[in-house]
Amino acid sequence: MTVSIIRFGGSNCDRDAERALTHLGIDAEIVWHEDGLPADTSGIVLPGGFSYGDYLRAGAMAARSPIVSAVREAAADGTPVLGVCNGAQIGCETGLTDGAFTTNESARFQCEHVHLRVERDDTPWTAAYDEGDVIEIPIAHGEGRYEISEQRLTELENDGRVLFRYCDENGESSADANPNGSKHNIAGILGERETVAVLMPHPERATLPDVGPTDGQGVLRGFETA
Amino acid sequence: MTAYTATVTVRLKHGVLDPEAETTKQALERLGFELEALRSADRFEVDLEADSTAAARERAEDMAERLLANPTIHDYDVEVDER
Repeated sequence: MTVSIIRFGGSNCDRDAERALTHLGIDAEIVWHEDGLPADTSGIVLPGGFSYGDYLRAGAMAARSPIVSAVREAAADGTPVLGVCNGAQIGCETGLTDGAFTTNESARFQCEHVHLRVERDDTPWTAAYDEGDVIEIPIAHGEGRYEISEQRLTELENDGRVLFRYCDENGESSADANPNGSKHNIAGILGERETVAVLMPHPERATLPDVGPTDGQGVLRGFETA
Repeated sequence: MTAYTATVTVRLKHGVLDPEAETTKQALERLGFELEALRSADRFEVDLEADSTAAARERAEDMAERLLANPTIHDYDVEVDER
């Protein structure tokens, strides 16, 4: 049983994800998208990066790659799927998750540590935390502003599909703590099944103790609990 | 079969923030231009062959639905001309 990290042309967080998962004792391997999904896939990471140069829209090209049909089927069968950064953009472009991640309000690429408030602790991705916990994880994106219609946003919130919101170090979610102008400070959301999640911040960059905070470990441990 | 050019224009839905357009507007203002607002759009010119204008339009609309536009944030329109 192995977590498949799907490498598209232009993925660049695939090796980070592999190292982070391996550090946690979770078996993981990088899979070139043209090679298809291995039969023993027990989880899927859509990694960060700049697949296909962000042509058209971030994630738009990768989302139409043939392997995505297999990812969609696996997700529907309950295989855990985690999309990070460009993987989150791909997840929304495929329709695995609702909404879209588009140009930051600042119109700039932003690379910084942010705080996230855990909105639910009863999902695989957040079982390691308590609801209301504040975790510190880096972001690195130019197109992370979460956009969605007001009506759909209300439905998602009523369904408890918001996983993380940007907040300050005290857990106050506000426009000031929102790095990119995301609707309702949303940083991560769940798909139709809670085994599918996407987020713009990088948990795999907050996992290895050698490189700083390790608050992201809990998200990756979702592959153990899902 | 007739040769057509389908022009697909993809723009942000009304009310969706467009930081790039806002930045461009500010740059124009720095150059001394007076303007009230600026909107940007992507335009795709697709050369194709089809049995009729309607068939060409339908195919171009399908392209917009499935790839060129993201229905969450975009509206689009299609114009078809013989070429």
